[in-house]
Amino acid sequence: MAAEAKVTTSPQTGQRSLAEVLRTVFGPVGQMLLFVVGSAIALSLVVTLLALVQIGARPDLLVRTWTILPQVIIDGLVRGFLFATIALGYTMVYGVLEFINFAHGEIFMVGGVVGAAVALALAAAGFLAAVPGLLFVLLIIVLGMLVSGTLAVTVERVAYRPLRGAPRLVPLISAIGVSLVLQDVTRLIMTSTPLGFNARFNTPDFGSPIRLFEMNLGDRPVPVIISPKALIFVSAAVVMLVVLNYLVNATRLGKAIRATAQDRATASLMGINVNQIISLTFLIGGALGGAAGALFGMYVGTVNPYMGFIPGLKAFTAAVLGGIGNITGAMVGGIVLGFLEAFVASYLSLFTGGAFSGAAYADIAAFSILILILIFRPSGLLGEATTQKV
Amino acid sequence: MARVASLQNIRMTPTAQSARLWEQLRTYLGRGSGAYAFFGLYAAICTWQLFTNPRTSLRTDIFFVLFLLLVFMVYRSATPLWFRGGLTAVLLVVVMPIFGTLNPFYIDVATQAGIFVALALGLNVVVGFAGLLDLGYVAFFAVGAYLWAILSTPQITQINPAWSPVPPIMFYPFVVLGLVIGAVFGILLGLPVLRLRGDYLAIVTLGFGEVIRVLANNLDRPINITNGSQGIREIERPPLILTNFIRETLGWNLSDSQLYQQFFYFVVLLIVIFTVVVVSRLKNSRIGRAWEAIREDETAAVAQGIPRVRMKLMAFAVGASFAGAMGVVFASKQLFINPPTFDLLRSINILAMVILGGMGSIPGSILGAVIVTLLDLQILPRMATVLRDAQRAGVPIPAAFDPTQYQRLLFGILLVLMMIFRPQGILPDERRSEELHAGDEPPSEEEAPPAARAAAESS
Repeated sequence: MAAEAKVTTSPQTGQRSLAEVLRTVFGPVGQMLLFVVGSAIALSLVVTLLALVQIGARPDLLVRTWTILPQVIIDGLVRGFLFATIALGYTMVYGVLEFINFAHGEIFMVGGVVGAAVALALAAAGFLAAVPGLLFVLLIIVLGMLVSGTLAVTVERVAYRPLRGAPRLVPLISAIGVSLVLQDVTRLIMTSTPLGFNARFNTPDFGSPIRLFEMNLGDRPVPVIISPKALIFVSAAVVMLVVLNYLVNATRLGKAIRATAQDRATASLMGINVNQIISLTFLIGGALGGAAGALFGMYVGTVNPYMGFIPGLKAFTAAVLGGIGNITGAMVGGIVLGFLEAFVASYLSLFTGGAFSGAAYADIAAFSILILILIFRPSGLLGEATTQKV
Repeated sequence: MARVASLQNIRMTPTAQSARLWEQLRTYLGRGSGAYAFFGLYAAICTWQLFTNPRTSLRTDIFFVLFLLLVFMVYRSATPLWFRGGLTAVLLVVVMPIFGTLNPFYIDVATQAGIFVALALGLNVVVGFAGLLDLGYVAFFAVGAYLWAILSTPQITQINPAWSPVPPIMFYPFVVLGLVIGAVFGILLGLPVLRLRGDYLAIVTLGFGEVIRVLANNLDRPINITNGSQGIREIERPPLILTNFIRETLGWNLSDSQLYQQFFYFVVLLIVIFTVVVVSRLKNSRIGRAWEAIREDETAAVAQGIPRVRMKLMAFAVGASFAGAMGVVFASKQLFINPPTFDLLRSINILAMVILGGMGSIPGSILGAVIVTLLDLQILPRMATVLRDAQRAGVPIPAAFDPTQYQRLLFGILLVLMMIFRPQGILPDERRSEELHAGDEPPSEEEAPPAARAAAESS
């Protein structure tokens, strides 16, 4: 959390000017947007280059590459914000406890299931079609945050707090156990209620896809469209990230969290209730994960008890990519990883003539990135080089 | 002697009364003539019960568990080596196979348990000895299994039509090859993660395990190597040995499938013995001590001149090699493998064995593997039948709840509870518990068991 600390250590006490607050809040978000644009452009250039290299053998390749490019970028945006919001939960907990909360992917999943359950309940009552779209989104976000946040705090109390001070592997193994328990308890609940194992996530009608603009490639115009759900997901994620940055960088509470992350013992000497702050960190991280789960479930259309595992793993990768413990890093890492994955998933089969299915190898790409990062730059994109981090 | 007794009296608290009784009971039954009588009688009753009542039932289940417990108790007892070795050998080499001819289910459970004992011992090298948490251990198992599955079946002609499957007799060299390939993959995984600390290592190994599974699932295109999600079927088994001897000389009329069960039981038993010997020799060697030093404090270990890189790689290689060899046996025994066989849950399963038994403890890993396998194959299905009966009788249990489908729940709870209440496991590693109780000196070998010595002298 060194990046934030630098900005805010100057004012000792009292009020800060509005400009300063805005800078601390929007600075990280701006940095993230920079990476959004940067990775989109960089990866587009890479695929264009790859297409040009092969163009001798396959003349239509460039047009096909550009045709799907806008959709790939939108897909990358969604994935990127998904990973960013989940990665924040990992990175905040890691910052405070130096511990990988393995069960965080399941906290995310629970948010999705809660959202689906709300939709199902509304549909059963006959309200679903009548609820305004925005209200529905707010409802699932709030409920998802509530349930997931509470769950995360409970998990910390039950399974992690008794193990504080134990060797590092002990809480990690406990977290793996919690992750398995949450998966199966959710499965039990889902299969014994009308939700079922693969629950459909019904939503009110959000209208037809929004046509952004048309591209003229070759002989026919290609419309660039974004689905309303993707738009909702991305804008809600941006709002949440801004609020989180405000909370962490511009409030007393945030200062307490950062102090606890820096040095738990000293923070407690300064009158910070460390246990409370740790609970709070789990609450915030869990709530973010839950909201992301609800939104993502809505975006995808179905939820199941195992849907949190792989995104959780990738979000962890994103957190490491950005520099674990660093909040801005988690957002940036999520964005970069999301774009990378979207590009691999869409272009791998195109460039290899359908020999490799991109969707399957996108997972491998994510894990390879994790391994490469850990070997060559263990402190991550934004982390500071320390030997103790890894 | 009197001084020791008084010391014990001082240390004794009222709550320790029952513990003392238990201690005495253990001393009487664990050594000398008491032990011979106890184990002899126990073995006789168990064998008699299993032989006269071999049908699969709750009763047989209980006696089967008691039988395995007996084997373990004999193995752990303080009786002379000839008695321990002899009785264990009789139980495992004579009683178990004969019981297996009467009921094929239980010998299959025993074989599976054996496979997982070897895997747990291998993982124990990595996690317990060297302290490197490996969540992708099943990947090495998968590599061994796919090695034999691809090369022994017509699957290989998919890669290159000119190649032909290896003859089934090559099974034996392939077990050794599995060992080598496992070690190679262990080093491949070990190299990039050498610098990582515990929790990062866990995630990277988990990712590695997933990568291997995804590869197995998707390498049916562009070249069909693994046959993708369909898996590989009709994997070759080695030709049977001693068929004529058993059928004609001994006059036992066993079918081929029964003979294969016996065959794999013995193959697995041999590998398990080999693994136990290798792992216990390693543990007390310079290498084992170097691993422990790295586990306790890496910086201090390096300062003492321990070659960190070599030792860590060796831990990965040794651990992975057992899994590779067992993979070959497993593929051959199961006849069919597919990618979901090697998912993360399997890795967690093996980890749960090691943790349940006690990280770093060899008997602990064996016990953990047997308990978890029994839970998986025997106790959960049995619970499922009991629950279904209860459901029919009108007890309100969710219809969807089938205990065999909820292994994750079980292992999850197990992991959390073990970490909170007994992180050292059921049978903790001695050196670790010595570290934990460094204050009170353990009673030395000569002075401690006066009762047992008296018993030994009178016999």
